[in-house]
Amino acid sequence: VKFVDEFRDAELGQVVAREILSLVEPGRHYKVMEVCGGHTHSIYKYGVDDLLPANVELVHGPGCPVCVIPMGRVDDGIAVAHNDGVIFTCFGDMMRVPGSNGSLLDAKAAGADIRMVYSPLDALRIAKQNPEREVVFFAIGFETTAPSTALTLKRAKMEGVKNFSCMCSHVTIVPPLRALLESPDLRLDGFIGPGHVSTVVGARPFEFIPADYDKPVVIAGFEPLDILQAIAMILRQVDEDRCEVENQYKRVVPYEGNLRALEVMAEVFELRPHFEWRGLGFISHSGLKLSGAYADLDAELRFSVPGVRVADPKACQCGEVLKGVIKPWECKVFGTACTPERPIGTCMVSSEGACAAYYNYGRFAREREVV
Amino acid sequence: VADQATVSDREQRILRIIETARGKRAKFRDEQINMAHGAGGKATQSLIEGLLAPAFESETLNEMADAGAVKVDGVELAMTTDSYVVKPLRFPGGSIGELAVNGTVNDLSVAGARPLALSLSLVLEEGLPADELRAEVEAIAQAARAAGVEIIAGDTKVVERGHADGMYVCTTGIGRRDPRASLSPSALRPGDRILLSGGIGEHGTAIMLARGEFELDASIESDTRSLWPAVDALLEAAGHDLRCMRDATRGGVASVLNELARASSVAMIVREAEIPVAPPVAGAAEILGIDPLYVANEGKLVAFVAPEAAAQALEALRSVSGCEQAAEIGEVRTEPPGMVLVQTSFGGKRVMDQLVGDPLPRIC
Repeated sequence: VKFVDEFRDAELGQVVAREILSLVEPGRHYKVMEVCGGHTHSIYKYGVDDLLPANVELVHGPGCPVCVIPMGRVDDGIAVAHNDGVIFTCFGDMMRVPGSNGSLLDAKAAGADIRMVYSPLDALRIAKQNPEREVVFFAIGFETTAPSTALTLKRAKMEGVKNFSCMCSHVTIVPPLRALLESPDLRLDGFIGPGHVSTVVGARPFEFIPADYDKPVVIAGFEPLDILQAIAMILRQVDEDRCEVENQYKRVVPYEGNLRALEVMAEVFELRPHFEWRGLGFISHSGLKLSGAYADLDAELRFSVPGVRVADPKACQCGEVLKGVIKPWECKVFGTACTPERPIGTCMVSSEGACAAYYNYGRFAREREVV
Repeated sequence: VADQATVSDREQRILRIIETARGKRAKFRDEQINMAHGAGGKATQSLIEGLLAPAFESETLNEMADAGAVKVDGVELAMTTDSYVVKPLRFPGGSIGELAVNGTVNDLSVAGARPLALSLSLVLEEGLPADELRAEVEAIAQAARAAGVEIIAGDTKVVERGHADGMYVCTTGIGRRDPRASLSPSALRPGDRILLSGGIGEHGTAIMLARGEFELDASIESDTRSLWPAVDALLEAAGHDLRCMRDATRGGVASVLNELARASSVAMIVREAEIPVAPPVAGAAEILGIDPLYVANEGKLVAFVAPEAAAQALEALRSVSGCEQAAEIGEVRTEPPGMVLVQTSFGGKRVMDQLVGDPLPRIC
């Protein structure tokens, strides 16, 4: 695919890999967190970590929008989906996330009309095609997907689509990062900044990371070469004792972000006082709900939502894994009570979570030499 | 490297627990059937290995081959059955009728059996236009002629409107084991080469686009075809050096490789750059966030051949119509047993894992 293959060039990859090798001090261990689940996905897909020296470790951050949705929220979605006449729509990868009593996929099997959509506009279209049914869109994601939800809601309002509503579980990226950085036991050398989110919010919101917490941030694209280059840029900052926000993804991310998208979001959404994150607990001002002007499209007001908080299982140590304090195998339930087939915590839910990755690939990493 | 070499006792213990869990037969513990049980990944495996196989206690069934073997007075026969529930009924490159013939013919073929005859069972939905039915019956007849099989038994049922998506088709096939074949899913040996008969992901992508859920236009046609000519050529070229073949349908090439790696307790390494993917399929997969390795094919096989016969087998395969793009995509190794690794085009290595549920598009 043109304009993409260039960023997957193996020879250039080797060049950057050698640059990285030249930047690391032997004997020192480096931990770099990629914030975004999209980066984690690329890292696995292309085997990027395989090109890194053994003392450069990638820590998978909290930026997988699916895995951060807490159990209680999944339960709420299922409860709404079970209302008579409701068509419940959501993104495909949300369907497998376990609530306290099964996933949306299980609720579908139990008779709820749950449909997978690829964009909120698809959900609105379903609403227009089924005027006698109530259509609910389960909105998830960071600032990446929030603008398209906002635009869809604007359109629904403009066109007067009465049978459409939105259960908003959008979250914002900065508060969880701050929560991580506030944690006294954090061990990280730098961050690969989220490229897609940054196309909307720009680079400015990440300035607090070097300013207040002395950690380098490099906003990166999603091709393997982007990620390798971002790692090299972070290590160079460490090597030169610099600490700033750099933008590796300039071809897409403007410093100021996308003002039009930010405006629409500001019109349609407002911050919740607090929102619960699976594995990280409550984080204030980290979630979005529909603003007063859009309250008539708020599914949480239209339907009765149990809103029962389901605590993360006590034994689950996802928070510490996310912070890089413990390794997946050091968690009390890893591999025994918590497995990819029956996940307990966020890190095991998505195949990109740190624990699922270790469960599936960790053994291979040990035997890399043999292969 | 130092901190990788020293594995603590605790980590060692955890790794052993994971290994034991992996080696165990999958258990079926779900409370109800959901769509993942039909997707060909881990959930399907739990259904087959955890519920069906234990109940029937058949050694032949336990081999988990595409077709089962029966010996009658010294004649070796192979038998297989399949149901077709595709939506829409017609799609670019084929239709449900054509699939129902080729799919069953292919399950026999990759088991090393020359397809002889099929039974045909039709479940029709009340209200199905007669012309649509006529078109499918014609497609079935034509595909059977092309594959050289006779339809020798059948059944029809009609169900109420709202069931069966127009029509479901079930076919059972019987074939005669080819004397040149000595195939077994547990026959793989380190060093064996992995051949793939052509570009992947075409059928699944064509169906996804034909459902019209995406506003994407691409000229991608299903690859549905009989694989017997390809199998015939491979058997002629490699004979007993042909260890095993699989029809890479539901779950794609990745699922087939994982199944066999487990069955033979071997590892496999696949070179991503060698895997043929047609540009429109690669483009659609890129946009939808789907990996073509997990997308269904309806006319592609994976063959394992002893190293000394690999070049010849590949040449023979490429001479078959529809297999011009055939390629050697990797080889069998010893370590780590049961796992499939990919050498990515970017130069890294990763695990090609089994599918957990449907290959759902990612959102970000």
